[in-house]
Amino acid sequence: MTTNSVMRVPDPARAAAPDRLPSRRGDRIFAGTARTAAITIVVILAGVSLFLFVTSLPGLSGHNEMTQGKSFAAWVAPLLFGTVLASTLALLIAVPLAIAVALFISHYAPRRVASGLGYVIDLLAAVPSVVFGLWGSTWLATQLKPVYAWLATHASFIPFFKGPASATGRTMFTVGVVLAVMILPIMTAICREVFLQTPRLHEEAALALGATRWEMIRMTVLPYGRSGIVSAAMLGLGRALGETMAVTLVLSVGGGISFNLISPSNPATIPANIALNYPDATGVGVNTLIASGLVLFVLTFAVNAAARAVLARRKDFAGANG
Amino acid sequence: MTISTLRRASSAAVVLTLALAASACSSNSSTTSAAGGASTTPAGSGAAISGELAGVGSSAQTSAMKAWAAGFQTAHSGVTVNYDPQGSGAGRAAFLAGGNVAFAGSDSAMSAAEQTTAKTRCGAEGAIDVPVYLSAIAVVYKLDGVTDLKLSPDTLAKIFDGKITTWNDAAIAADNAGVTLPATKITPVVRSDKSGTTANFTDYLSKAAPSSWSYPAADVWPIKGGEQASGTSGIISSVSQAAGAIGYADLSQAGDLGVASIKVGSAFVKPSADAAAKVLEQSTKAATATGNDLAFSINRTPTGDGVYPIVLLSYHIVCQHYTDAKVGQLVKDFEAYVISADGQAAAATQAKSAPLSAAFLTQVKTAVDSIKVG
Repeated sequence: MTTNSVMRVPDPARAAAPDRLPSRRGDRIFAGTARTAAITIVVILAGVSLFLFVTSLPGLSGHNEMTQGKSFAAWVAPLLFGTVLASTLALLIAVPLAIAVALFISHYAPRRVASGLGYVIDLLAAVPSVVFGLWGSTWLATQLKPVYAWLATHASFIPFFKGPASATGRTMFTVGVVLAVMILPIMTAICREVFLQTPRLHEEAALALGATRWEMIRMTVLPYGRSGIVSAAMLGLGRALGETMAVTLVLSVGGGISFNLISPSNPATIPANIALNYPDATGVGVNTLIASGLVLFVLTFAVNAAARAVLARRKDFAGANG
Repeated sequence: MTISTLRRASSAAVVLTLALAASACSSNSSTTSAAGGASTTPAGSGAAISGELAGVGSSAQTSAMKAWAAGFQTAHSGVTVNYDPQGSGAGRAAFLAGGNVAFAGSDSAMSAAEQTTAKTRCGAEGAIDVPVYLSAIAVVYKLDGVTDLKLSPDTLAKIFDGKITTWNDAAIAADNAGVTLPATKITPVVRSDKSGTTANFTDYLSKAAPSSWSYPAADVWPIKGGEQASGTSGIISSVSQAAGAIGYADLSQAGDLGVASIKVGSAFVKPSADAAAKVLEQSTKAATATGNDLAFSINRTPTGDGVYPIVLLSYHIVCQHYTDAKVGQLVKDFEAYVISADGQAAAATQAKSAPLSAAFLTQVKTAVDSIKVG
């Protein structure tokens, strides 16, 4: 609201009279703007929560057409489970990969290759999710079909690969891979920036003590970047939890709670379920869908809070962080 | 994503239109004759019409509505038709809530409760269901080496219920004498979203194969588990990807996939526009339909040659009496165009729907003519 006045801060006056005490007006305007921005964010967040809460109230009682007669908790449980399962799978695949790619860019690749590669990865982050969804449902799913068939025959003793294998390949595992690819760019970008911040002295000290490059990375870069890695994972998780289009296009939904990753019956995720059912929902059905959105909102909050708690606990013995 | 963007764009357009319509109404109320004189005289009706006509509803009608809107706007340059394909349920709710939504597009007729609400919305005479759009639902499959699959209702029901799991099952072999069927596993693919197609397909199964299908007609697939995909395009791409897959989708979208012939009476019938239109001749008005309402209960077990019973019949829900003469005349003229031979042909070209037969259209015309204006 005061952005315009910020643009007109009279800087030349300060330059002309450097001996005079600088005017506090600019400071005050800037502080005011920053405060307004901060308050606006909180107000918007509060508004969204209030909207979610108020509009979901009629849906929370369940036992309506949308929940197919079940209670709200029984209806939302498989969806919540599906959301968490898909996101966890994506993180399990993406975190090691993101760290490896980031380390390669920051510490192994020649400078010219590194900047080019970094640029390409940043570009990947701009690809819309519907593109990943189409790629996942038409190409990746088809490629993974024989893998699922093999797993169902040879590894069915592991609950994750119990089968029967999906004939189309549109399974929870495929969704996990698609989500992992989607969250990889942002995670890699953050990890790379954090790894590049490692104090040169730490690295050189490690090398001087006779550490190999990998030992140096383990002793200095990774401990220093730990909080950054967790932040990157949290951002990635946030995107995976809320991803709608790609999951809607890829996943064959309709199953209940199951750890089976390769069967055609998978639990839907909350956002995908909203996307599938909202277009034809009416009355209390809409409230019920919004209530599932509230559940996702709470989950995201809980995950972020947990991550912060982990970070706060780890800070004390974060070695190189000093 | 495209669809939601389109929808957002179209709802924005509707809002804009409503605002425009509101302002137009207020200015026109004082200068009706001037506005009437400015618009061109339409070919069909005697009165000159102009203004905005807003409808909300069935997404199955989306491309047919595009054809109708284009055709109607060409004939009446002063008219703009806006259709927001939010879905049948949303369409009925928006229409019954009143406001500027003049008609609803719906894949199912009004329920008894909705007909009561309609009396508040439209006045004592309530609202009527006008059937305007018919399309055949094809059973599509991907099975190498089998080009002309034949299925009886019971076999079809057992396949989708998971009772028959391989293609060389005795029941399928009995329907397809002389055809070598592979031992491929059957993968039924069904809709994961709410859909009028699912409602009509399950209605067919429950009526044509009551002994093998124990679920009621529902717009959400009634069985848990199995392969599911969103939208008609999702079904088509899933079925194309899996050897041995079978699904149901609008005939116009079947593409390269195999289309099964369905047993009707003692013969097997391949879906076609003609065969779909014929089933209406053997269907009767639904129990809820009174007066000019033309809600139909589709006969899923017809007799005779070349009648295909798995069809989707979609309606326009309009008021029996519009007190606002301007809106009423717009709706009446628009519906008259929609159910004209031209309108049906336009929809058939654009949406590849099945044109309603001339005999059936005569019946529908009586309903449209009964709409009172002013």
